[in-house]
Amino acid sequence: MATDSVLKPDHAASGRHPIFTDEHDELRASIRAYVEKELAPHADEWEETTFPDSVFRRMGELGYLGLHYPEEYGGQGGDYATQIVLAEEMSRSHSGGLVMGVAVHTDMANPPLKLLGTHEQKLRYLVPALKGEKIACLGITEPGAGSDVAGIQTTAVKDGDEWVVNGSKLYITNGHRADYIVLVVKTDPDAGYGGFSLLLVDMDSPGVVREKRLEKLGMHASDTALLAFQDVRVPAENLLGEEGKGFYHIMWELQGERLIAAAGAVAAADRLMERTLDFARDRQAFGRSIGKFQGIRWKFAEMATKIEAGRQMTYNTAWRVMQGEYPVREISMAKLYTSRMACEVADECLQIHGGAGYMKEYGIERAWRDLRLNRIGAGTDETLLEVIGRSYGL
Amino acid sequence: MSTAEQGGIGTATDARAAASAGVDHGAAASLESDGWSHLFTPEHEELRAAARRWVQREVVPHVGAWEDAEWTPASIFRRAGELGFLGLAYPVELGGQGGTPVHEAVFQQELARSGSAGFAAALGAPMTIATPPVLKFGTPEQQRRWIPPVLAGEEVAALAITEPGTGSDVAGVQTTARRVAGGFVVSGEKCYITGGVRAHRYVTAVKTSEAGGHGGISFLVIERGPQPEGAEDDPEALGADRGDGITARPLQKLGWHASDTALVSFEDVFVPEEHLLGELHGAFKLIMSNFAWERISMALGAVAGMEAVLEQTMAFVAERRAFGRRIADFQGTRWALAEMGTELEACRALTYEALRKHALGVVTPQEVAMTKLLTQRAMVDIADRCLQLHGGAGYMKEYGIERALRDARLGPIGGGTDEIMKDVIGRLLGV
Repeated sequence: MATDSVLKPDHAASGRHPIFTDEHDELRASIRAYVEKELAPHADEWEETTFPDSVFRRMGELGYLGLHYPEEYGGQGGDYATQIVLAEEMSRSHSGGLVMGVAVHTDMANPPLKLLGTHEQKLRYLVPALKGEKIACLGITEPGAGSDVAGIQTTAVKDGDEWVVNGSKLYITNGHRADYIVLVVKTDPDAGYGGFSLLLVDMDSPGVVREKRLEKLGMHASDTALLAFQDVRVPAENLLGEEGKGFYHIMWELQGERLIAAAGAVAAADRLMERTLDFARDRQAFGRSIGKFQGIRWKFAEMATKIEAGRQMTYNTAWRVMQGEYPVREISMAKLYTSRMACEVADECLQIHGGAGYMKEYGIERAWRDLRLNRIGAGTDETLLEVIGRSYGL
Repeated sequence: MSTAEQGGIGTATDARAAASAGVDHGAAASLESDGWSHLFTPEHEELRAAARRWVQREVVPHVGAWEDAEWTPASIFRRAGELGFLGLAYPVELGGQGGTPVHEAVFQQELARSGSAGFAAALGAPMTIATPPVLKFGTPEQQRRWIPPVLAGEEVAALAITEPGTGSDVAGVQTTARRVAGGFVVSGEKCYITGGVRAHRYVTAVKTSEAGGHGGISFLVIERGPQPEGAEDDPEALGADRGDGITARPLQKLGWHASDTALVSFEDVFVPEEHLLGELHGAFKLIMSNFAWERISMALGAVAGMEAVLEQTMAFVAERRAFGRRIADFQGTRWALAEMGTELEACRALTYEALRKHALGVVTPQEVAMTKLLTQRAMVDIADRCLQLHGGAGYMKEYGIERALRDARLGPIGGGTDEIMKDVIGRLLGV
């Protein structure tokens, strides 16, 4: 890495991490205002109904769906830190399902299109996606394959100038509302890791069946689908990236997704702690506010310390990504650490709330349920431990 | 479990293919991170290399003997001073190198890699905790007199705050300084004083008002009489009263063996007026002002210490065999290393950000307390798990792991206990 590309600490605002500038602060303020005004008030309602598609159109109109996408295709041309800002501020919606639904679009399904897509593919899919007119989902997991991407069974067989797709995909966020899916398929059953490819598939193609809306522990505001593909014919030009490189393309995608997940987990933990601090200041027991008890204060101290450690891991890893590095080990560590931390914080905040924490009204139990997914989605804790453990090359 | 990711990086062909898709899975390497070049510049890295060479050549071969002797020889202080390592962050006109706290941080980390926290503390304490109050609050004359010999490694200064009856609660200091013509007369006891036996002077917190407490404590620089001839490495001779009313007795302890840790007694010791450091009754502020650097330094030492002990453990598990394979090949081992590596990275992130902010003068007491809290406990946990992975060898003195664990245990106590850190953080959160 050339040293002249190194971001120097910003002495004017030295409390701020060097990945952020005044522009990021301004962006943060506007996203925050939008989220607090237009999203948070609906969080309870959307838990029952899932959030409406109009959220995508509105966010597209405001430019929030294309923060780090090229201006050429309707994006804002921002850097990676703008995505971190979005992930952090979306936490103020207090709806994990909403945050995830949007993140699948901005940080999971569409980044491969940005990196690998042809000009024509970008015009057809990315341009409307950044406007929020088309909604994307990502199809990796199957009934028989999750973190073990290599176990994928959905096949695509070349027939003339079309691919014929058969198989099923499970736990697909946005699967019911999506207009297209970035689909991982096996194109050469004998080629091992070199036998996978990515296809862009229109969800209204004949043979695409949105089988079931899956019910789940949390993330109720998002829709999660079981999808079936029955002799779905996909034009050859919808191959995304290189044939046979699908595995590596998706491994690349997972890294970006994981770091954004880490930023989201830190922000979610921040929100929970803020609310719990307020609660502990007000709530009285034995003649004083519960925050005045040393035992409770220490819980906060421990939580704040872990949240801060998770934040700094995420920021410095983001800085490295922005320098063009690809620190797989540290990205995995940030995702692992922050997911666990957020679950612990959620549980401790629920505990400090006592009975109120167990009640739906306070939203703490919802966050507790929502955050539990962080240790499973985008690579389970166990997968990450394996990736990290192997990275030492012993 | 067999994951796609691990499978995909298993072979050279796959690794190349992954690289061509923009994925760099990273090679096995030391645990030091190269991801902090916004903080550590090439100049810092040169210093790191030089300090490492020195520690490897002139320290590591001897630390075992120093640990056994419970004493670090005076010659190594002079050598470090001669090489300029003791004044990295001090002004050139006082004999320093004119660098920043980041330079000193690099050196502290290399000291921690010596495998003896006691040695690191013995050598580091004079520059890191005892002399900064003189630099910050001393008059130009006090600075000229008391700083250059410490940076040269010719003399050792010790910070004397803790007493048998008060530790983290600094306001409870009972050592008194009575006003007399031309100065003060000091009586009392200070304990757990790093470098207390060999010290040429103590930067001492004393009660200067009847009430004591936050507004009644002052700093006095108390000098010892001339060292007995030829006794620079003789703790007993050094600790004896030199007719100055001061005695220092080495204390035995769980770890940190190479460091001299003393109980220092002052019996009606006359201290001249001009040895008052800063304002009368103003020490509380002075003490608080150096906590940040002391605590960040401890965190830096822990990060480097964790790196060292983990690297050693990785080398061990890659060799040691059980049940027909290397213990590195068990998933349980791999995950244990991954857990520890992640904890180390969390500590590093928090510590380096605190260092960055400290160098800019904007770090908050809350950030400092978090940094110390997380890192000191993590160092103990990691040393303990590394000892476990070493099995019987870990319990043996030869491998140095048992020393790492014993040394680490001071972390959650010294420089403000974990409990104090949690009180500080909690209070600053506004509950």
